[in-house]
Amino acid sequence: MFGLAKSRRLRGALAGTVGVGLVLSVAACGGSSDSDDDSDTATQSIDCSQFSSYGDLKGKTVSVYTGIVTPEDKAYKDSYKPFEDCTGVKISYEGDKSFETQILVRAKAGNPPDLAIVPQPGLLKQLVATGKAVEAPAEVSANVDKFWSKDWKAYGTVDGKFYAAPSGASVKSLVWYSPSEFKDAGYQVPTTLADLKTLTDKMVADKKKPWCVGISSGEATGWPLTDWMEDFMLRMSGPETYDKWVKHEIPFNGPESTAALDAVGGYVKNPAYVNGGLGDVKSIATTTFQDAGLPILDGTCSLHRMASFYAANFPKDTKVAEDGDVFAFYLPGQDATTKPVLGGGEFNLAFADRPEVKAFQTYLSTDTWANIKAGASQGWISANKGLDINKVSNPIDKLSAELLQNPSTVFRFDGSDQMPAAIGSNVIFKQLTSWVTGQDTKTTVDNVENAWPK
Amino acid sequence: MTTSAPPATPLPVPVGESTASFAKRKLTSPWASLAAVVIAILWTLPTFGLLVSSFRPERAIKTTGWWTFFSNPTLTMDNYKAVLDADEGAGLGAYFVNSLVITIPSVLIPLTLATIAAYAFAWIKFPGRNILFLVIFALQIVPLQVTLIPLLTLYVDAGLANTFWTIWLSHSIFGLPLAIYLLHNFMREIPSSLLEAARVDGAGHVAIFFRVLLPLLRPALAAFGIFQFLWVWNDLLVALTFAGGGDKVAPITVALANLSGTRGTAWHLLSAGAFVSILVPVTIFLLLQRYFVRGLLAGGVKG
Repeated sequence: MFGLAKSRRLRGALAGTVGVGLVLSVAACGGSSDSDDDSDTATQSIDCSQFSSYGDLKGKTVSVYTGIVTPEDKAYKDSYKPFEDCTGVKISYEGDKSFETQILVRAKAGNPPDLAIVPQPGLLKQLVATGKAVEAPAEVSANVDKFWSKDWKAYGTVDGKFYAAPSGASVKSLVWYSPSEFKDAGYQVPTTLADLKTLTDKMVADKKKPWCVGISSGEATGWPLTDWMEDFMLRMSGPETYDKWVKHEIPFNGPESTAALDAVGGYVKNPAYVNGGLGDVKSIATTTFQDAGLPILDGTCSLHRMASFYAANFPKDTKVAEDGDVFAFYLPGQDATTKPVLGGGEFNLAFADRPEVKAFQTYLSTDTWANIKAGASQGWISANKGLDINKVSNPIDKLSAELLQNPSTVFRFDGSDQMPAAIGSNVIFKQLTSWVTGQDTKTTVDNVENAWPK
Repeated sequence: MTTSAPPATPLPVPVGESTASFAKRKLTSPWASLAAVVIAILWTLPTFGLLVSSFRPERAIKTTGWWTFFSNPTLTMDNYKAVLDADEGAGLGAYFVNSLVITIPSVLIPLTLATIAAYAFAWIKFPGRNILFLVIFALQIVPLQVTLIPLLTLYVDAGLANTFWTIWLSHSIFGLPLAIYLLHNFMREIPSSLLEAARVDGAGHVAIFFRVLLPLLRPALAAFGIFQFLWVWNDLLVALTFAGGGDKVAPITVALANLSGTRGTAWHLLSAGAFVSILVPVTIFLLLQRYFVRGLLAGGVKG
């Protein structure tokens, strides 16, 4: 085949291909030099004295591996810059959407990154079980005691040893709505679960299909329903029972979870309530979760239960605010005084205990980092108590941060993320998908219970 | 029972028509042509839709189908800017170069080794040749997924992790069994009298290999080269597992997989990203397709 290079056509093709490659690489180089300029200006406004305790780490590199990719990764890199500029360390950031499978491969093969941002306590346990993870240094542990609640520290602890400090957090107990629609029709934001039902019925009386739901998400199809179920479990049976349910100390087909799933069914399987702007009950399974809330903008749907990160799904020119095109309210508890919040979050797990890794881990557990990160990003908050709510620019983030910091809030981590992966990210997804397309509640909970690893 | 075969009579050529135009008329059918055109259009339509989509604005991609472009044509380069811009966007440029750096050695290494090995298996007699060839052939059955973690462990122990070597070696390893098998079969088809004649003329193995076999094997080499090129360029699994270390070694397929964003909110960029990525394979395929077909169909002698 190499003799063919004599042919004029092939030579042309090679020239074309190489040419395109060169243009692209020049574009790449040009871009990176721009970013250097940005960092220079950033340095000038940073006070390096608060970083002096980390010492001089010039010439050292810390690698970070995470499932957070563009565009959300930019805020992470920006938030590392003050630390890099003041200590001289280089943080190499690698985002990969297949993080959750690849991190296990890398850890098992002995090629883990220095630091991994792990999105689930269940995965954290699996990673610690590989024997490659290292415990968090004492400084990090002290910071977590200072800035986070006990619940959060417990999620980063495996077998009594504290491994990972919490990073970001997201609030899942939110219902998206259109403030202008509420204003025009005279609807009130509900403060109890009973109110929510009344509001829904009122909307039905106004000839509307109030709720829009979508659960399609590739191989994870069904996950939004696990959040629905967890939210109702948490509200109807209380946080203690919820914890037992997650740890499988009470069966999955017990009366508590049957009641919770039936309550969810009262909304998502009620043909009068769904599926606003999208079709009938069956359309829930075929609508992607990314698209499911968009009918709110068209006025064909009024309510959409989805986490705070859903803000990024609305088109860029949408105003997400209490007086804007779309906003969210807290999915209320049984009564107005109890505030159970379902949420998720990430944890920084280290696989190396070199001084620069420890220093970086410590930096990430401070309120300094939480505030820099919140200032740099849209749609990101932390449960760090040192996070200054006034520095959070985005109204929906502000709402989430207020919920997390509210003393009467009872926070619980997403249950399916803590269950064994075979159940929490497989069987439940599939069973709830079958459930929403017609399978009855009893069969559904029985099937999950029977599949539980003995 | 005896039946006499009917005498082979040439088809009667109608008077007033040349043989060539008669042959053309007999060999083409308007219905077959129509079917071919319809299939070609159906086959190309999704790719065409992708191309149109890549130039449409974000809101339009997310709310309407690409065919609405014709009633409401708005063109934008924003998607391409977003995927190519290294600072604000995905910076596919660097990954594009990585892909080239990965693919070229990953084609050349197995091609070179396989040609030499195939020659040995085809024309050098040594003890255990057939068993060894059978073992190599059987290696194709092993799914590469089972080798991922052990192989990565070996690379880490050898200190190769996070370099291009892991990907080059892996693709060579995974490509070799098929390459040796294919090239061996091509070599076997070359009549042994040809090699004997060369031997009588005083040629050794090296001379036979370079001066007799290589020129004859050109279509086979081209065919396997294109195969391996497309396979490596489009590979995601091997790259995901072995190419640790961000934009230093990851190829464009990895960047493409990450393009839609952490929670899939930026999927409108995928069409533009896909077009940047298929630029090279399409060019290669269009230019070399006749070798591709010839290599698959022809035996070594006819090449």
